[in-house]
Amino acid sequence: MSGQAAGDALAGHAAGAAEAAAAAERALGLAGHLPVLVVLVPFLAAPLAVLLGARRLTWPITFAAALFSLAAALSLLSGVLGGDAISYHIGGWAPPLGIEYRIDAANAFVMVIVSAIAVAILPYARASIAAEIPARQHVLFHALFLLALAGLLGVAATGDAFNLFVFLEISSLATYVLVAMGAYRDKRALTTAFSYLLMGTTGATFFVIGIGFLYMSTGTLNMADLAQIIAQQPGNRTIHAGFAFIIVGMGLKVAMYPLHLWLPGAYTYAPSAVSAFLAATATKVAVYVLLRFLFTVFGPQYTFEAAELTWVILPLALLAMFAASFIAIFQVNFKKMLAYSSIAQIGYMLLGIAMLSQTALSGTIVHLFNHAITKATLFMVIGAYVLRAGGAFYRDIEGIGRVMPWTSAAGVIGGLSLIGVPGTAGFVSKWLLVQGALEKGWWWMALLVVASSLLAVVYVWKGIETAYLRAPRDDVDRREAPLTMLVPIWIMALSTIWFGLSAEWTVGAAGTAAEALMSGASELPISGGAGH
Amino acid sequence: MQGVSWEYLVGHANYWLFVTLMMTGLYIVVARGNFVKKIIGLNIFQSAVIMLYISMGKVEGGTAPIFPLDGEIDPAITYTNPLPHVLMLTAIVVGIATTSLALALIVRIREEYGTIEEQDIWEAEQEISARERRQYGEVFGEAGK
Repeated sequence: MSGQAAGDALAGHAAGAAEAAAAAERALGLAGHLPVLVVLVPFLAAPLAVLLGARRLTWPITFAAALFSLAAALSLLSGVLGGDAISYHIGGWAPPLGIEYRIDAANAFVMVIVSAIAVAILPYARASIAAEIPARQHVLFHALFLLALAGLLGVAATGDAFNLFVFLEISSLATYVLVAMGAYRDKRALTTAFSYLLMGTTGATFFVIGIGFLYMSTGTLNMADLAQIIAQQPGNRTIHAGFAFIIVGMGLKVAMYPLHLWLPGAYTYAPSAVSAFLAATATKVAVYVLLRFLFTVFGPQYTFEAAELTWVILPLALLAMFAASFIAIFQVNFKKMLAYSSIAQIGYMLLGIAMLSQTALSGTIVHLFNHAITKATLFMVIGAYVLRAGGAFYRDIEGIGRVMPWTSAAGVIGGLSLIGVPGTAGFVSKWLLVQGALEKGWWWMALLVVASSLLAVVYVWKGIETAYLRAPRDDVDRREAPLTMLVPIWIMALSTIWFGLSAEWTVGAAGTAAEALMSGASELPISGGAGH
Repeated sequence: MQGVSWEYLVGHANYWLFVTLMMTGLYIVVARGNFVKKIIGLNIFQSAVIMLYISMGKVEGGTAPIFPLDGEIDPAITYTNPLPHVLMLTAIVVGIATTSLALALIVRIREEYGTIEEQDIWEAEQEISARERRQYGEVFGEAGK
């Protein structure tokens, strides 16, 4: 009798739970599905753009999908800025078994960066690819662009380690093809894409091996779940090995200094619009993954005490800041110079990670954003130069400041932000990094950050000197860039100034993100550190 | 580290296989000059990872993870873990996509350069950059005069 009652109660409870779940599902509506829609819309728009086959429809579809992603990412970010996280279960399967999309301030911020850059670059790309890619490939270009975008957004959105790998490969494969599309201007794009593919795949495979080791010891792939179980198993060799594989694998995707060899070629020989998109998003998302694993999955305690990672990342970051800046100075190709400067800027981001304080970490996250808009501006300016002057060598752009005053002025703003001049976005993040260093008592680090900025002055000045202080060449197209390019360039240039002057929004969002990442490890001593 | 016993060596046979294959693959990617051979190396490297995952899912005495149709699962039966296998299905798809893209790139490289040997391509590219430096490099040399 009592058993029967209990059974009834259980059934009633189950039915009630199911009803509640169904009600929650209904209440969820479209807005509740945003965490997956932000990825899914560009992902499904890609085959749609190809299958429709009408060249006139391709661009509107692509742009609409990117715009939707931006709106969704912004709404997600506004939802999590308070410090909470949104957990979305794919197909209703509860984590840790089901795949979870987990949106918090850090990845919502990254998704906003990625989709905003995509929205800005797409109108610009129309004129740019018309000159650089044959017309029959334009549909495919847009489809690949959407796939790369969906992959990058997916990497940011997902809370499942293996799902992350799949999205990483979706975006990477699309990226290899986009880089190879530069072959219509320079055949070296092909070999570059090939070596990028080799290195990228090796990196991704290392990442999978690492995930495998973690799965072996924990039996889960959900990041939040992994974090809990890893915290209970200090000193587990398998997890140590997995940690090393993941860092090296992601290091390749980030272009961490000695693993950066794919980057200069890929950025130089890719079509200009692709360079701008890649430079602004791909490495940034990889840095985010690194952050996610170092801080959320392994936890700062594990990462920086067990593995002494500070003393691995710090020298590499400094090497990147100086060596890559130094190499950038001696380039004859403006685009390649910017590529090397990107490696140096990634050094700054790694520096913020290595310093392991909330200020420095929010410096890293703000720099993700600021460097994205700065580099997007500069690469878009180069694209406009390539369109009019036919090349990106300093030779080609002599005196172009007088021929294309608007484009060049935006370039100067981007250059100033790259150096970190007050009033531009680049200043805000470098300021935070310097502050982080001073908080730790590492005044030498603050000096090094300033010193490497001086190297940036040299290479940026080379560009300005060539563009403004030389006589224009006679054989170049003497027109300003078309408006479709000029407007996105100036939106980016003005936003570098806007986010340089009013930094509350970016610094606030990055602060929330850094706080979420650092939670539970506020006062971590770094053994062997100066000033302790 | 514990003493290396016979049981240890044999008990970890799948891992030795994985390590050997992985290293072989990675070595081929680095050491071979022919692009197709590099891709073969990359495939061996990826296969090694697939084997790692597959062997990871094996549970001692476990049978194929197929539940009876009536849904009544006998708790006495041990099943192997199917999840790593499913993950590897995805990884295989990724691997195929990577390989086909790489081969397509190799075809295009061969069309443009007439060779798929790393050394020859490197020389051709050195020549191009040397020409570029001659043509474009003296911009700042002039500035010094």
